[in-house]
Amino acid sequence: MRFSRLGALCLALALWFAPAAWAEVPVPPLKARVTDLTGTLSAAQRSSLESDLQGLEARSGSQLAVLLVPTTQPEAIEQYSLRVVEAWKLGQKGKDNGLLLLVAKNDRKLRIEVGYGLEGTIPDAIAKRVIDDTITPHFKQGDYAGGIAAGVQRLAGVIEGRAEAGKTDTLAGEQSSALSKNPIDAAAKNKTVGERLIDNAGESPALLLIFLVVAGTALRWFIGPLFGGLAMGGMMGAVAWLLYGALEITLVAGFVGFIFVLVGLANWIGFALSASSGGGSGSSGGFSGGGGSFGGGGASGSW
Amino acid sequence: MRYLLLLVSLIATLSLSGCGYNAMQAQDEQIKAGWAEVLNQYQRRADLVPNLVNVVKGYATHEKDVLTQVTEARAQVGSIKATPELINDPAAFAKFQQAQAQMTSALSRLLVVSENYPNLKADGAFRDLQAQLEGTENRITVARNRYIKAVQEYNVTVRSFPSNLTAMAFGYQTKPSFEVQDEKAISSAPKVDFNAPAAAK
Repeated sequence: MRFSRLGALCLALALWFAPAAWAEVPVPPLKARVTDLTGTLSAAQRSSLESDLQGLEARSGSQLAVLLVPTTQPEAIEQYSLRVVEAWKLGQKGKDNGLLLLVAKNDRKLRIEVGYGLEGTIPDAIAKRVIDDTITPHFKQGDYAGGIAAGVQRLAGVIEGRAEAGKTDTLAGEQSSALSKNPIDAAAKNKTVGERLIDNAGESPALLLIFLVVAGTALRWFIGPLFGGLAMGGMMGAVAWLLYGALEITLVAGFVGFIFVLVGLANWIGFALSASSGGGSGSSGGFSGGGGSFGGGGASGSW
Repeated sequence: MRYLLLLVSLIATLSLSGCGYNAMQAQDEQIKAGWAEVLNQYQRRADLVPNLVNVVKGYATHEKDVLTQVTEARAQVGSIKATPELINDPAAFAKFQQAQAQMTSALSRLLVVSENYPNLKADGAFRDLQAQLEGTENRITVARNRYIKAVQEYNVTVRSFPSNLTAMAFGYQTKPSFEVQDEKAISSAPKVDFNAPAAAK
């Protein structure tokens, strides 16, 4: 009797959690440009695709990823595909030049998801033509690797037809990566300024630093990086003026306060960590999205 | 000491804005951006319609009904001023939504009908337009979902403590969201029409 009651409880629990079991196909983690969950591609085919895609990114900055899943049920392929790109964030941030080629093998459906920044280069009609004219003829004969490779090549051709005309694209990419390195320089500057403060007046810089960290983080939390930074800069300047009475230190302290809050404690810690760990996360085998966004552009097809 | 007091009071006043006011401003902007994207995509669809109708007209001469339905829906959509202020007026919002829903169903009927015309389906211009239309419909879905999420976030802030006090003080109201498009259409089972084979029997 007791066992049956326990059994009933278990059953109830199982029923309770059951919907989660067949809810949605999870988005796989992004580890490589080609993710094959169906075991369709051979290692050689995958690596040749990988190198094609890597070349495309090196030349044009566009991140194209390929994902093969058995099925996207119960979701439509469009919904699943959008969830994947929202998680993977393919393409460079701000340029949104990411692309996903998604194949749902057992559903016999595929989709090309186009990032915001590529919607002009690859309008839906072009994406549809790539699917209908280039990829599905291969798929119909069971030649998945050939279809994907041909599709990737055609997409790359379309992208580069434009990217090569305006070489500035890659240039801008380099600039943005240089920009993102800048805060680290600022961090170094910050350190030397802090040291200078300590050298100049041995009194209470530690207190000042603690104040900077605690109040600065609080300010950033409450009123945002820019205004928090301005307020913090003003306060640091005022405090420094009171403590030391020297214009230089006041200005420096104000600047430090502003920059510190503008960037934020969490980011400083992040910089410190990435600097100490060598910072090589990008090209050395692992692959990650650059922060591009998508708006549902692209085309779907079936075979 | 006096300066310290000054400092403390400064921080206190600044942290007052932590009562959800800034969050509401940010979320309100998010809603506006989301809504602009929705309007943008609806506009994109409306812009596609004249071309689509023209192409279909060339082949499907017998489908006058469907074509006029699409044109009428297009006119209806065009007559509603799609402004950003629409989100603050629930009645106008509902009207707008209804017009767009009508457009959606008219267009999908047009695409279903066009399946009967092999020549039309083979036409390159039609294929491109169809791809664009499908892509735009998908974009509309995405934009609507993002708008719904933004509105939800805002409404939660407006209604939860303590930010609801701030909302009350500034007279902020919850915003309307999209509902399931045609509830009736979804709750009633689809009718499968076997008329043609039955007649053949």
